[in-house]
Amino acid sequence: MDYALIWAILIAVSVFAYVALDGFDLGLAMLFPWFKSDRDRDVMMNSVAPVWDGNETWLVLGGGGLLAVFPLAYSVLMPALYMPVIAMLLGLIFRGVAFEYRFKTKTNKHLWDLSFILGSLVAALSQGIMLGAMLQGIEVVDRAYAGGWFDWLTWFSLFCGVAVVIGYALLGATWLVLKTTGPLQQKAYRLAFKAAIGLVTCIAFVSLYLPWRDAAIAERWFSFPASLWLWSLPLVLAVVTIGLLRALHAQRQGSPYLWSLGLFLVAFLGFAVSIFPYLVPRAITLWQAAAPDNSLTFLLVGAAVLLPIIFAYTGYTYWVFRGKVRADEGYHD
Amino acid sequence: MIESLFSEADALLLARIQFAFTIAFHIIFPAFTIGIASYLAVLEGLFLRTRNPVYQKLFRFWLKIFAVAFGMGVVSGIVMSYQFGTNWSVFSDKAGPVIGPLMGYEVLTAFFLEAGFLGVMLFGMNRVGERLHYFATLMVAIGTAISAFWILSVNSWMQTPAGFGINEAGQYIVKDWFEVIFNPSFPYRLAHMLLAAYLTTAFVVGGVGAWHLLKDRSNAAARKMFSMAMWMALLVAPLQVFVGDLHGLNTQQHQPAKVAAMEGHFDTQSQAPLYLFGVPNQATAEVDYAVKIPGLASLILKHDVNAEVTGLDAFPRDEWPPVAVVFWAFRIMVGLGLLMVVVGLWAGIQRARGKLYQSSWLHRSALIMAPSGFVAVIAGWIVTEVGRQPWVIYGLLRTSDAASPIAAEGVGASLLAFIGVYFLVFGAGTVYILRKMSADPDQTHIPDYARPTPVGMAAERLLHEED
Repeated sequence: MDYALIWAILIAVSVFAYVALDGFDLGLAMLFPWFKSDRDRDVMMNSVAPVWDGNETWLVLGGGGLLAVFPLAYSVLMPALYMPVIAMLLGLIFRGVAFEYRFKTKTNKHLWDLSFILGSLVAALSQGIMLGAMLQGIEVVDRAYAGGWFDWLTWFSLFCGVAVVIGYALLGATWLVLKTTGPLQQKAYRLAFKAAIGLVTCIAFVSLYLPWRDAAIAERWFSFPASLWLWSLPLVLAVVTIGLLRALHAQRQGSPYLWSLGLFLVAFLGFAVSIFPYLVPRAITLWQAAAPDNSLTFLLVGAAVLLPIIFAYTGYTYWVFRGKVRADEGYHD
Repeated sequence: MIESLFSEADALLLARIQFAFTIAFHIIFPAFTIGIASYLAVLEGLFLRTRNPVYQKLFRFWLKIFAVAFGMGVVSGIVMSYQFGTNWSVFSDKAGPVIGPLMGYEVLTAFFLEAGFLGVMLFGMNRVGERLHYFATLMVAIGTAISAFWILSVNSWMQTPAGFGINEAGQYIVKDWFEVIFNPSFPYRLAHMLLAAYLTTAFVVGGVGAWHLLKDRSNAAARKMFSMAMWMALLVAPLQVFVGDLHGLNTQQHQPAKVAAMEGHFDTQSQAPLYLFGVPNQATAEVDYAVKIPGLASLILKHDVNAEVTGLDAFPRDEWPPVAVVFWAFRIMVGLGLLMVVVGLWAGIQRARGKLYQSSWLHRSALIMAPSGFVAVIAGWIVTEVGRQPWVIYGLLRTSDAASPIAAEGVGASLLAFIGVYFLVFGAGTVYILRKMSADPDQTHIPDYARPTPVGMAAERLLHEED
């Protein structure tokens, strides 16, 4: 069996789980500037307070998993993406502590609001920059990163950073649609609409730009007959976009979030198709990066048993805290 | 390698400082949350069994402190999981196949468990009822202990590697997972660290209890927590001395150079002395200003006054750890440990005399000792980590060969950022924790769990009662 491929898929699943889950709580923080009142902000924060920690654990699984099963890719990508990784970690610190600190102080509450907003913004931006930096390729010599430490910084990687910020804002807004009512929810609908347009524009631009810039990617997308089913992705993108905009227009509660996830899934698949079979694009394939088989199988046994259990109790937590976080009730005891 | 104003040696030193700094900060939080999570499980269990409201008050009191500390532990922990790659990429490439899966298991068995049930533990009482809530508390407590299991297995493997081979790419590969996980120093290290976490917590709880007793001896909640903490000190501190001794003997067997540095033994000698004081001089290979007891080190390490004890002269100079650091960190750790034993015994005697809550001097001492666990944990960490230098994987991979090809400027800039952010963010967190600790535990607000809440309000209720 091709354990490396199985693991590549599992890592991809955990990265997507991370994006789907932490995406909305990072995005919701970045929407704070549009919600000025303490009351709205409290409701927003409380809608994710019980689950944010679990959401972020997927990021640890992504990092830890990469170290475990693709140590070579981990040890090349981390130095290559040094600065955005560090920036992301620092951003996550500022936003993570805001959950607890914010309610511990009256005088500095707005300072921790700011820490929540900027920390989330920096984390999201850094993640997008990493994505862009991977797409543009990474220089490797002798099992080690060989580029400079500003190689990641191009207008393209910054563009990807902005795209992820907008994308997370969309997830945050549609999460708010699901969890709130009244004026707060109405505002979330409007923000979601704008973010949706923005994200789709970004995805379309990257999809057109990448094949134009990169011959290898172009060949993958345009070579017959593989291109036939690949070309269905833009079609799916169009369908999902229309579905999302209609769901927002019709003021549906839950489906806008799911349609938004659909947008991410399409973009994510496009990314996977573009870089496959590389983990470090154009330098190290997933098979070259893979740890020896017995490391892969040892952890795979655990993942096979534990991931379903993790999905079960994570699902349980979401179920316990299901429903609307009500804004129409005074929050002071 | 990137062109740089600084040398590779500078980059290496900065990377080491960065790792030491971020992990020393991080270890404070788990050392505390492992203990507090178990304490919360005990308190909630006692409340469910006895229905004594004092346990419920204490549970709520410490839950809020736990929430802040846990949050800090999570965010500083995420840094650690990426730090291996950013600054130690050669190590990650070589050791990833061995330690990676162990850390993968830590995420799968511990981190998700803690995070998954933390939400219910903090915000879910109204929604799930007492029994399920207690279950969530237990899961969080168990999760913290499982996490310690895996990460100490990783650390122990780096200290006493076993069950591995080397492949053609120069990576360590696993021959036997059982030998890897249960490597020779692991059981001792795990026991020593878990007890350290419990003791650290016991002295924090005892210190907070003592603070409130000094203000009001009749405070029921303060009495209860002080009493529980002093029981822990009495029972666990001596046990820790015993386990620490076993750990030391194990180290003597597998890392004799480390023990030689701890003891300040430059020369191999019989009737080896125990230095009570001294300044080890790495250059001259002598202990300056020594105050020593002849033969005592032989007695402790070999259980025989006349036994010969291996000194650093048995190892090439380039395999010596920085002796003075290890020597002094060891003395700080042991000194604090012995003080903990003394406080525990003293409290035991006062309890027997029926004066546990009356002895202001005991309370003052307990208050001063409140942070002693943290200091001891970090000192112990320094002993074991500096003591195994120059190796990152003992006897196999030198620390100097393990770092990333990152220029000193990059490592230095990120180090400065970490230092600034950590002091700012965790400093603020410490202030909030101290504020929570100084609130009267007997007046802890108990939310009205019986009142059914509209869906979605539970989280708000708990958060806003803080105001």
